[in-house]
Parts: sequence; structure tokens; C-alpha cells
Amino acid sequence: MRTEVPVAIAFIAGMLMIVSLFVPHPVISEPASVVRGWAIIITGFAYVLGVANIARISLGVLRKRGKDWEYKFVLLAALAVMIVLGIGLGIRSGSAFDWAYQNLYVPMQSTMFSLLAFFIASAAYRAFRARSVEATLLLVTAAIVMLGRVPISEHIWGRFPDFTEWIMEVPNMAAKRGIMIGAALGGISTGLKMVLGLERSYLGGG
Amino acid sequence: MAEKAKGDLLVRLSRIDRRILFLIIFVCVAVPLLTGAKMKMSITQPVKGLYDAIDGLQPGSYVWLAADYDPGSMPELYPMNIVLLDHLFARNIKIISASLWAPGPPMAQRAFDAVAPKYGKQYGIDYVNLGFKEGREAVMLSAAEDLRRTFPRDFFNTPWESVPMLQDIRSLRDAKMIVSVSAGYPGVKEWIQQVGTRYGMRIGGGVTAVTAPEMYPYIQSGQLTGLLSGMKGAAEYEQLIARPGLGIAGMVAQSCVHIMVVVFIIFANVVYLIEKTRK
Repeated sequence: MRTEVPVAIAFIAGMLMIVSLFVPHPVISEPASVVRGWAIIITGFAYVLGVANIARISLGVLRKRGKDWEYKFVLLAALAVMIVLGIGLGIRSGSAFDWAYQNLYVPMQSTMFSLLAFFIASAAYRAFRARSVEATLLLVTAAIVMLGRVPISEHIWGRFPDFTEWIMEVPNMAAKRGIMIGAALGGISTGLKMVLGLERSYLGGG
Repeated sequence: MAEKAKGDLLVRLSRIDRRILFLIIFVCVAVPLLTGAKMKMSITQPVKGLYDAIDGLQPGSYVWLAADYDPGSMPELYPMNIVLLDHLFARNIKIISASLWAPGPPMAQRAFDAVAPKYGKQYGIDYVNLGFKEGREAVMLSAAEDLRRTFPRDFFNTPWESVPMLQDIRSLRDAKMIVSVSAGYPGVKEWIQQVGTRYGMRIGGGVTAVTAPEMYPYIQSGQLTGLLSGMKGAAEYEQLIARPGLGIAGMVAQSCVHIMVVVFIIFANVVYLIEKTRK
């Protein structure tokens, strides 16, 4: 029963979603809509589980004064403060929550992302080498696209943006389309196997 | 002797302290931004496609503007959010914004707060921020069927019935177009797959430069009306509507950094080839 019931639920929900795509009749679309509502609720609960899990792990480290316990303290304090500010005082523009979001969270996350510019430059200098024909092709194409995607390329050669667009629209698209079709076929295959109960690894236990 | 010295120099250059590279990049970014240098550019077809689609909408119609991004992608996507609002408000189009990314709604609200007062637009009458809803593709489909059930309250917890502009809306399909400003999953691709194809809705997008190559098949197939790709996409759009903003302001800095990275690649490979030939 521990296997059959979840497999049966997955089968009914999966078939309902597939059939609802092709049959817009209310007999199918209404139950499908209800199941989608359940999906939204279940994924919402994942956040509760996530917060509970991170709190449990961080509190354990804090109690034992384990490795990086100071960071865990900051994490838990920030989590608690944002919850209290958001739920207690509201999230309107100009509220304490909004202030913390705009002046702490936004700059911190932007900083992390901005560091990429420096690391990419360093990696390009140290690791991007024409070691083979394929690597040389990649390197030359990357350099052309990198230049073609900024306005200065037009001042170097007037047709540079057109040439870059051609790379994007022909070789890039051909490769992307192949990857997408392959991935879609794989997705359909895996989805069907799950719906039909042939693939059960999502139940846990291997 | 001279040959050995030259060899030593190449070895030293190939192992240059990374902090020097960081400093060069910092100068390339900071100087153009601080001097306010600007640069004109030609308009690419995907950007023109989105502009034409929005420009062709009837004043008073609704557009769904999905803020599917977080502050990490702000340098590329926030200028798009701003310039799209500029164009939509200038055309008197009503905007429903929502997000499938938890950090998205405050970003959208920040953009609204920056742009709406310029056009005298009022919250709840000309635009609304429905906030975040977890559920990804399920939310897209649910909103396309019954928007009120999916988002019974807005971002500020205001009930649906207290937001005047929502009273004529039953589902996402009442919008004439969906524009997703997205940093990844769920984003433009999922809007096309779940809503655009299924309900025949027009989809426009704004994505980070790194995810743009994935969108080209959808542009060619006509499933994606238009696309802004990276900060340059925002800059091109700003030029189209003649409202220079964050995108155009960043173009010289981005040009400098891209040139410098290409110079790094060429220089490092020349050194590599010389060393390889010697060995």
C-alpha cells in the first residue's frame, strides 16, 4: 500500500493533466483546475518545510557551537527579523520590511552577482585557451558575440551586430533547437514513466 | 640571454596577479559610469518586435507584466522593467504585475514607484501588483483560468474586490499580452509553453543576456513576439522610446568590459601559443 497509493495518485493526477490539455470540456477541466489548486498549496508548504529545516539545522550548529556558528546566528536572526517585520508591520513601500529588502537584501545580492564580472575576466585570461579545434571555434565565436552584443561593435565594423545576430539565429538556434527537442522527448518519456508507475525513484528509497 | 628574458616575461604575464585584472575591470566599469558617457546603437529585430507589439495595443487594454527576477539580475532586468513601464504608461495601458519569484514583487513595486508618478498613474486604477504566488507552471495555468481564485489579494494584502481595475478581469486571458521579465525558471519559456501556446496569447520577454540564446527558437517560430536581451536590450528600447535611462547609461561601461575581456582572451592565447611553440 505504501507504494501503490502514491503511484495511483500520480497516475490519476498525471492523466488528468494530460487529458485536460486536449479535452477542454468542464468534466475534465474543472477537476484538473482543482488539482492545480492543490499543487499550488503543496508547493507553498515546501516553504514552511524549508524554513523549518533550515531552522532545525542552524539551531543544532548553534547549540554545539559548531563550524561557522556565527553565520548561522546571523541567518536565524535575519530570518526572524524579516518575518516579524513583514507579518507584524506590513510590506508596503516605505515600511520597515521594504526598507530592509531594498537596502540590505538588494545590495547584498547585487554584489554577489556583480562579482561575476571580475571572475569571468580572470577566468577568460587564465583558462580560455585554444587547445583544440573545438575550443578554438568556441573561443572565436564567444569573442565575436561578446563584442557584437555591445554598441561599440558598430563603431568597429558596421555589420558587426548583423553578423552577431546571424550567429544567434542560425548556428546557435540550430544547436539550441536540437537540445530542446532532445530534452523535451526525454521529459515526455520520464513523465510517462512516472505517470504509469514505471519510474518510482520520486517515492524515495531508490 | 634576450630570448630567456623574453620567455620569463611571457611566463610572468601568463601568471599575472588576478588583482591587476580585477583593477582593470573596475576601472572599465567605474570610469564610464562616473563620467556619464553615452553611446548610440542600432535596434535589433527582437527588440523592435516587442516595441511594435506594445505600441500596437489599444489604450485602456490590459497587459500582464511578470516580474520573474530577483536583485541578483537587477542590473540587466530592472532597466527593462522601468523602460517597459515607461512605454506602457505612455500608451495608457493598464498593467497587472505578478511574480513567480519570491523576491520579484518588491522589485516590480520599486519600478512602479519610480515610473507611475511621472505619468500621474494611480495604484489600483492604472496598475496593480498582485505579488508572489508559489506553484510555477500551476500558477500560470490557474491564473489563465481564474485570476481571482489564484490571486485573491494583491501584494499589499488588499482584497480583490477593493481594487477597482480588477473588477473587469476574470482571468489572465483578459490581458492582451504577457510580458515576462525573467532571470530563469520559471520565466519566458514557461509562459510560452503553458499559456502562450495553449491559449494563443501573445508573449513578449526580457531576459538576461546569458539566457537569451535559448529564446531564439521561440522568436523564429513566432511564439515570442519580441525579446529584450540583457542590458543592451533595455538600452535599445530606451532609444526607441527616446527615454534614456539605466540601460543607455550602462552601455559604455559594458562595451569597455567586453572589449577588455576579449583583449584578455586574445593576449592570453598569444602567450599560450608562443609558449607552446617554444616547448
